[in-house]
Order: sequence, then C-alpha cells, then structure tokens
Amino acid sequence: MGLFDRIKKAFTGEPETPETEKYDAGLEKSRTTFSERLNALFANFRTVDEDFFDDLEEMLIEADVGFQTAVDLTDSLREEVKLKNVKKPQEVAQVTVQKLVDLYGEAGEHEDNTLHYAEEGPTVFLFVGVNGAGKTTTVGKLAHQLKDEGKSVLLAACDTFRAGAIEQLQEWGRRDGVPVVAKEAGSDPASVVFDAVKQAKADNVDVLLVDTAGRLQNKVNLMKELDKIKRVIVRELPEAPQEVLLVLDATTGQNALSQAKQFNETTDISGIVLTKLDGTGKGGIVLAIRNELHVPVKLAGLGEGMDDLQVFDPTKFAYGLFKGLIDDPEK
Amino acid sequence: MAFEGLSERLQKAFSGLRRKGKVTESDVRDSMREIRLALLEADVNFGVVKEFVKNVREKAVGAEVLESLSPAQQIIKIVNDELTATMGEAAVPLNKSPHIPTIIMMVGLQGAGKTTTVGKLSKRLIQQEKARPLLIAADVYRPAAIDQLQVVGKSVGVPVFEMGTDTDPREIVRQGLAQAALQHNDYVIIDTAGRLQIDEKLMTELADIKEIAHPNEILLVVDSMTGQAATDVAKGFDERLDITGVVLTKLDGDTRGGAALSIRKVTGKPIKFIGQGEKMDSLDVFYPDRMANRILGMGDMLTLIDKAQQNFDEKQATEMADKIKENTFDFNDFLDQMAQVQNMGPMEDIMKMIPGMANNPALKNFKMDPKDIAHMKAIVYSMTPAEREQPDLLNPSRRRRLAAGSGRPIVEVNRMIKQFNASKKMMSQMYKGNFQGMEGLMGGGVKGRLGKMAMNSMIKKQKKNKKKRLKHAKNFKS
Repeated sequence: MGLFDRIKKAFTGEPETPETEKYDAGLEKSRTTFSERLNALFANFRTVDEDFFDDLEEMLIEADVGFQTAVDLTDSLREEVKLKNVKKPQEVAQVTVQKLVDLYGEAGEHEDNTLHYAEEGPTVFLFVGVNGAGKTTTVGKLAHQLKDEGKSVLLAACDTFRAGAIEQLQEWGRRDGVPVVAKEAGSDPASVVFDAVKQAKADNVDVLLVDTAGRLQNKVNLMKELDKIKRVIVRELPEAPQEVLLVLDATTGQNALSQAKQFNETTDISGIVLTKLDGTGKGGIVLAIRNELHVPVKLAGLGEGMDDLQVFDPTKFAYGLFKGLIDDPEK
Repeated sequence: MAFEGLSERLQKAFSGLRRKGKVTESDVRDSMREIRLALLEADVNFGVVKEFVKNVREKAVGAEVLESLSPAQQIIKIVNDELTATMGEAAVPLNKSPHIPTIIMMVGLQGAGKTTTVGKLSKRLIQQEKARPLLIAADVYRPAAIDQLQVVGKSVGVPVFEMGTDTDPREIVRQGLAQAALQHNDYVIIDTAGRLQIDEKLMTELADIKEIAHPNEILLVVDSMTGQAATDVAKGFDERLDITGVVLTKLDGDTRGGAALSIRKVTGKPIKFIGQGEKMDSLDVFYPDRMANRILGMGDMLTLIDKAQQNFDEKQATEMADKIKENTFDFNDFLDQMAQVQNMGPMEDIMKMIPGMANNPALKNFKMDPKDIAHMKAIVYSMTPAEREQPDLLNPSRRRRLAAGSGRPIVEVNRMIKQFNASKKMMSQMYKGNFQGMEGLMGGGVKGRLGKMAMNSMIKKQKKNKKKRLKHAKNFKS
C-alpha cells in the first residue's frame, strides 16, 4: 500500500493519536500554508497552460519542497497532461498531490528514521552543522529527553571556539541534571572529546552527546578539525559514533544541499535534525531533504520548550502536510 | 552539485541560436525561464523573482546587441544591471543621533548571528571612530547568551551592561540606557534574543523596547543561507518594528545569498553590512554589484563581457589605425606603385603621355631606366617589414645595411629615399583628392581631365592593393 493510500485511509479510519495531534499543532502553520496555497492555485486557473505550470512550479518552490523536486515534478506533470490531454486544473490537482505524496513515499522507502544505540557500552551521538543552526540547543533538549527515559547522559562541550558556547552547554547540563565534560575556551576540541569518551567509558554512561562548533561547510580547515574529532571517537570506541547528526535550520534554502553533501563527505552523516521547523510555515523542506539529500530526518525541533524536540515520524508528518489536500478533491 | 550559474544556463538556452543583431522575442522567452530558475535556485523569493523577471523582460526585448556580445551575454548584462539596481545603494552609513548616544538595536531569528555582529560592529566603531560603545545584554532567554556577549565584549574591549536572566528585558534596556547616559557612551548597542517573527509575545517585547529606547538604528540580522522564508522574516520584523537596515551574516559560506535580494525588495531597507568570517574584524560594507554577481554565479561571464567590450574598443582602434595606414604612403606602396608603372610599359612612353609630368620638380630625378626600378626594388626588399611601414626608421646605420643588402652604393640608397619622400608628399595630397598645385601638371582642357581620371584610377587601384595587403598581413598574423 502506497503512502498516498495509507494517508487517505487515515482520514476515513482510525482516530488520531495524541502524537499525531502534537505534530498537527507544531506544524499548524506549515500545513495550512501548504495545502491552502495548493488549493488556491488550482482554484485560480481555468485552463491548464504554461502559466499554470509556472505558477505551480513557483508554488512548490515557495513551499520549500526543493528546487530540483519542484522542477522535476512540474516537468513530469507537463508530460502527463500533454499525453492525457487534460484541460481542467482540478484533474491535475489530484495527480499533483498523488505524485507529490508518492515521490515522498518512494524516496523514503528504505529510510531509517530511528536513532541507533550501541548494544553495549556507551552510545555516541556527534552533532555537526553550520553556525547558528541550533546544535547546542538540540543537544540540551535531547539530553533532557534521554534523561527522562532513564538513560544516563554525558555531554561533551567541543565548541571551544564560539564565545559563551561552553557556558551555554553547561547551563543546559545544569538544567537537565547531566554532567558536562568541558575544557577552557580555545582548547583543542579533539582533546575534549577524548576526555569525554574516556569518562563515558569509565562511568559506563549510556549516551554521550558531542556538541561541536558551528562551521561553514566550505571551510576546509574547520572540516578537518571535525574529521579529527570523529577519528578520536572511532579510535577510542570502534563502534561509535552511532549517529552523526547534521543539525539543519529549517529556514535554510538551497544551501542545505551543499551542507549535507560536504558534511557527509567529512563525517558521513547518518541523519538530520531539523530545527526551527515551527517557524518556517512550510513543511515542504522535509520533502526536499528526502528527495534531494537522501538522508533521513531523525529529529525535528518544533518549538522553544524542552519537550519540543520530536523523534521524527515521516508518515505522521506527511499526514499533517497533505491533510487538507487529499480529502478536499473528494468533497 | 545542483548549482549552476546563470551564465551556463543562458548559454545552454542560446546554443543553437545564431548570432543576431537584436535580442528577439523568442530569445527573451527562453532566457526568462532560465533567469527565473537561476534566481529561484539562488533562494530568491518566488514573488520577488516574478517581478524581477518582468522588469528584465521589458528591458531585454529589442535591446540593441552590442557588437561582440552574444545575445546570452547581452541578457546577462541586462540582468546584472537590473540586479545591481534592485540591490540598492552601496555602503549606506549608520544612522546617527544628533546627540550622543546613538542607539542601535539588533533583532532577528535565533542563530542568525546577532551577538557576533554586535561584537564586530563595536570593533568597527572603535577602529573607525574611536567610539566608546556600551553593550546591553537583553537576551535573557537563551542559556549563556549573556556570557557570550560578555566574552565578545571583552575580546573587543567594550563594557557590557547586564542584569542576569531574571529581569525583564525592557527593564534591562531602561537601566542600561541610564548607565550609558551616566558614562557618556557615544554608542549603545542592544543585543536582543532571537525570536520568530510570528511569536506575538516576543515581538511585543521588541516593540516595547523600541518604545523605550527610541533607537536610531534597528538592524535586522539575517542568515544569508535563508531560503524562501527570508521574505516572511523580513516582512514580519519590518512591519512590526520598521527596521532601518539589514545585516547579512555567514556570507563566507558557499551560499548564493538570494535572501539579500528578497529582503531588499520586500522591505526596501538598505543592506548595511555583511558578515563574512568568524573573526571580530570580518564585518564589511555591502556592495550591491558583488552581491549581484554572487547570486547569479556569473562573475566569470561578466569579466568576459567586460573583456568583449574592451576587445570591441580595441577593434575600433585597430580599424581606425588601418584607416590611417591606408591613407599613408610607405615603401610597400612605393613598390606597388613601381610595379604598376612597370606594368604600363616603358617608362618614357608613359611619361610622355602625361602632359607636364616631366616638368614636375618632385619627379625630376626619377630616372626612367628599367634597371633603376629593379635597383630601387632591391633596396626596398632589403628593408625589414617595420622599415617598409615606417620609413622614418631609416637612420644612417640602417641605410648602410640596405646598401650592403641590395649591392648598391649608399648614395643611391639615399637618393631613393629622397625620391620616396617626394613621392610620399605628392601621394598624400592626391589621397586626399587634393590636386591643387597640380593643375598645371595635368594640363588644361579635356586632356587635363583625362589625365586626372588616369591619376584617380591609379590611386584607386593602389588603395585597393594596399587594403588587400593589409588584410592579408592581418590574416597572416592571426
């Protein structure tokens, strides 16, 4: 059963779970904007012509479904409309949504959205990303959640560069009641991570969260530094890190592609944390990430609160995103 | 990489099109789509793109194509001009208060780079104006935000006013301003917490702070990697606070930075600074043209266009020089002339045909011995190409070489040059169509007119030969 059908069934079938509702609430703005826009677009055109496709393409891009996705999708629709000689936008509407959903479903076929933990010994999560993406906040929020689950957590303050970064993580550690391994500002982050891994092994900690300094992906030396941090982890714990998570600001545009690509080259990222998703108004970015980056989104930041970091469930997300679109044409 | 500059896109669209004198309707249609996609790919907001493309389309249709520019290049030029114009003025200075302190307020989303920019701006003010700023730490929400500002303040040697995280930011700003007044600080920079433009409570807080502080400058700090959301963010902050300027951060990354165009278009507010580095002195003034190049990734193409423009000028210059050359008389022409004369038959007969010619003082020494002509040719052939074109080069040492080369005495070489100079003087007059002073030479009446005609045809033929020769030489060179 395709994702499209599953979502469709969800509307007619079982009641929504509380978790789904939480997604709904967090993405309230995303969903309305996306579906409203698409519906408005279909209502706006009487005939299917070049202008219609241009507008559709723009609408998709505006909804952050990703540049390439938008262009590919529109191109394939153009072909299909020509072949089937469709004249009415409403007929295209159904196909568009179905294609969008199926694309999302197909691209995510073998996607693994769960966080992986070591079978024994400490699990290490390494957080990487550009400046201001929200790495430290994510580490802080995740530590809180893991602690609540009854896991023992250790934080490593490897951002020794940015002013106040160590203090920021220490503050999170204090709030969460979690120890933080830190050295003074300006010290070698690799040495911090070395100490942290050693301490994690000695104390038999469940999860070690490694916060790193933000770096732009085109800074070769900083990327090498990141490589070194990872090497130190692998040397001390051959199985680790279980996850290398790229923290990505949901408002980022096409540069997200470049970020994913270059961080992947250096550290082999295993998943994405999508932050500030509550502010974008366009959940489409998730589609773009799936279709163009081929890296699973594992966590999503949906608000400022400690509990607003969510384990990402793509189906629930799609459910929220396409809600207003799938039942509408049937009315 | 999905990134592809506008240049490549346009060239692809134009490949297969023949070079035309004008940008046609269909050229424009094809290229507009490419421009649209290129801008969208560079993260320019779709609404902004739409309007921009409309403007370019109007300008592009019927635009005269500069010689040596292809239609693609021409359209890139139009796009670049329009983009630069849209991007606004360069280097807009900070608004200043007529009396101290000048109050600057930084606002923006979380993680845009407000605190870092505060530090960079302080450093800039200190270096350029010997300013004594005070920083107010009004971010009470994010953990350790105050610590960050304190570290930044320390690194640039600027005091930070803070009241911990338990006081309301409004109160912090109020007391901070009081302290600034007390200490006679000439600048006050307020670092506020990052917030979403849709967060009603926090936006109200900013509006209140604005009310309290009456800032001269409200700078919206925006991450240059922002995508389509940039317009919403800029609009949200601008509507609520009426910002006075924009700072674009993280431009040292590999983002195209289309957000700059979106923000500029939506708010109409100048982009005052750009942050491009992690060091405290990496805050620069904004240059619209550089940003335009960056967004479309067509820096190379523009250099090329510039070069084409230069080449075009050069081409004109060489054409001009050719024209001058055509109207000068050098040894090549002299050879040509002699060959022509030789072709006409025995010299004496020709001279007899031209009435009055024998009386011409300039040609008095022009002895009509066929061998003479051969000798003269030998001398000219001994010259270097440069010497043939520039007879002035012939100094005594060169003349001695010519004599040796042609096997003629130096006296003969000198005489030949003298004859050449006389010939040159006459020819330059005739090139200009000026037969004045030569009326008598040709004689009057029908005979005279015939002579004139013969002379004219000879000059015409000579000019033609010369053109041919010049063209040949050029082809040979290239």
